[in-house]
Amino acid sequence: MQLTGAQALVRSLEEQGVDVVFGLPGGAILPAYDPLKSSSLRHVLVRHEQGAGHAAEGYAWATGRTGVCMATSGPGATNLVTALADAYMDSVPIVAITGQVPSAMIGTDAFQEADITGITLPVTKHNELVTDPNRIPAAIAEAFHIASTGRPGPVLVDVPKDIMQSLMTWKDWPPALDLPGYRLPPPPDLARIRDAADLLRWARRPVLYVGGGVIKANAHAELLALAELAQAPVTTTLMARGAFPDSHPLALGMPGMHGCYTAVAALQEADLLVALGARFDDRVTGRLADFAPKAKVIHADIDPAEIGKNRAPDVAIGGDVRATMAGLASSLATLIAADGPPDTADWLAVLDGWKQRFPLRYSQATDGPLKPQYVVERLSALTAGEAVVVAGVGQHQMHAAQHFSFTKPRSWINSGGLGTMGFAVPAAMGAQVGRPDDLVVAIDGDGCFQMTAQELATCAVERIPIKVMIFNNGFLGMVRQWQELFYDERYSEVELGTAIPDYVKLAEAYGCVGLRCDRADDVDAVLEKALAVSDVPAVVDFRVHDREGVFPMVAAGRPNDEITLGPEFTAEEQLAATRREISGELPHQHRKALSR
Amino acid sequence: MSTHTLSVLVENKPGVLAHVAGLFSRRAFNISSLAVGPTEDERVSRMTIVVDGASTPVEQVAKQLDKLVRVLKVVELDAAASVERELALIKVRIEPARRGELLEVATVFHANVVDMSPTTIILEAASSPGKLDSLLQNLERYGTCELVRTGRIAIARGSGTIIADRGPQPEHAAADELPVAV
Repeated sequence: MQLTGAQALVRSLEEQGVDVVFGLPGGAILPAYDPLKSSSLRHVLVRHEQGAGHAAEGYAWATGRTGVCMATSGPGATNLVTALADAYMDSVPIVAITGQVPSAMIGTDAFQEADITGITLPVTKHNELVTDPNRIPAAIAEAFHIASTGRPGPVLVDVPKDIMQSLMTWKDWPPALDLPGYRLPPPPDLARIRDAADLLRWARRPVLYVGGGVIKANAHAELLALAELAQAPVTTTLMARGAFPDSHPLALGMPGMHGCYTAVAALQEADLLVALGARFDDRVTGRLADFAPKAKVIHADIDPAEIGKNRAPDVAIGGDVRATMAGLASSLATLIAADGPPDTADWLAVLDGWKQRFPLRYSQATDGPLKPQYVVERLSALTAGEAVVVAGVGQHQMHAAQHFSFTKPRSWINSGGLGTMGFAVPAAMGAQVGRPDDLVVAIDGDGCFQMTAQELATCAVERIPIKVMIFNNGFLGMVRQWQELFYDERYSEVELGTAIPDYVKLAEAYGCVGLRCDRADDVDAVLEKALAVSDVPAVVDFRVHDREGVFPMVAAGRPNDEITLGPEFTAEEQLAATRREISGELPHQHRKALSR
Repeated sequence: MSTHTLSVLVENKPGVLAHVAGLFSRRAFNISSLAVGPTEDERVSRMTIVVDGASTPVEQVAKQLDKLVRVLKVVELDAAASVERELALIKVRIEPARRGELLEVATVFHANVVDMSPTTIILEAASSPGKLDSLLQNLERYGTCELVRTGRIAIARGSGTIIADRGPQPEHAAADELPVAV
């Protein structure tokens, strides 16, 4: 059967099982938009290509399926770059399809020409410029295969206009994949798993350090089983919030720069770290040389290049982390049957003591300024943790990650690695499209919100009823916090003002419901009103306290031992925390562990 | 400087060199030399990359290279167990009276004369990097006026071969077969 390249492109996406494409047409991609009109694909017309990229990411985070975005050549393609870089850093499976100027014009500085495969080379898992229309089906199938398997990531397929207009021969689907250099990781090594299980059996102070890979591997059930069997506490990184229920007694919360005290301290005192789909990111480790100094390390990751990149492991386990955890649990069960369960009760008691003495703390006075933490807690309570929460980057993101009580995976979406302001609104849009029956709530800062607010128009027109909670403190809050702490309170270019724009009017102008709240007493009522809106987006302008900081905090590049609890704690409490005071003493390493 | 020689088999497709070079730049790996050319299999090119192991652990470089979709195989060659060669073309300014002396040096280093003018000679030398350095040192006193030198190429000694393993292709995974949300 003869098809045009453009028809083959759209047909390939249909065959691939794609249900929605986020995009915006232009000259070079025009041929593809013609068959798209009569296809089974839903196209969501964004207002800016960056929105299409983040929407594809939000869709992928929320569903586990590969998100798809589409843009024209030149500026359309370059507007996708931030989203591709974001997806690369956070291992999000998306496929971006871009139009390119006709083959004969490539390299001539033609109108709307940009070397997008060259530009995106360092921020994609793979990319390809298609030079033959007959290659289109395989290029698309390979793009989805690469994006979604192994360590997931973004793939870009660039198709010149003439390639889309030429005829090709459509053969059976699926096409043969020609990827001799792309090998999926072998199953985890059983001998290594047995070594790891042995370490876990004899550890007295173990911590499971869980990263985003556990959610990507759909391994939350295996994690729960392993943690309970090993009686090992669990800390979930910013990328892994929701992988383990926060209400579980073994949950320590988030580690890192703004992590919970107990999670940070537990890692510093641990005798065994079990890193699962985590990459020892600087925001988690603080100064690397001082991170978890007493711990042996088991590192399980699907990407061999992550193992040993930052911290040399004692036991390295490549391959799928879900299989690794299942294997670990089964090996550990055998050891337990022979020698009894691991002895971690004293350790868990120490951690419980820290949890009680050094919790996340803030104060909300009834008639005082509204605190962002309070809004997050009320949202968490009112939704019973059933919402999909999407955040941008900054103070609101940290407050949301700290104070929302997550109950299940794929209920937390944010920009972790790249730290992309403006991520929340378009990512929430994509998540809502992928999960139409679930409540999707963006928690955003006023600075972030203004970077991509135009997608509210898309949401209103397409009836994508996201909820947007703007934590409006009139500042680039995280930057303000750093200037307060590290630049002698010299606030340089961080004040945005709370009143301009008028977010209620802006929301209404975009066809959304706009609400405002500046008193703690009103939070429940306003949240309930916003959550009840079901046909268009609802936007709430929460006027939150502009001096509120994010704590605990470890300054960038400092050891995690130097954690600051923040202004809600007394000097005595801070001293006790720094000394990691406990009643009694820390459980010593088991003699059997010492010999290993 | 502790250098490592990596033999990298890649698919002979457009853009592969950019992918490899881009990786080195993005990861801030230091590259001493890179040579690329065809192999016995027309679908495969072979790159010989010399990296500075002091600045980056060579294992990390190899792992990152191996992740590139168009890279088929990465092998580190042990200098003691492999043959390494570089080719140099050297233009030397020489007065006719001292030509004989220069040709003697060339003979010692198995360098060939490939061009001659009244005032210059072009030598061609293909040898191990160390021997080539030594030749250049010996030519310094004459005043080398132009030097062109290729990147290093290398092959393991003995009967072992490095060939691309074009094994079975991955199963095709349709989107709807992939894990779906809770």
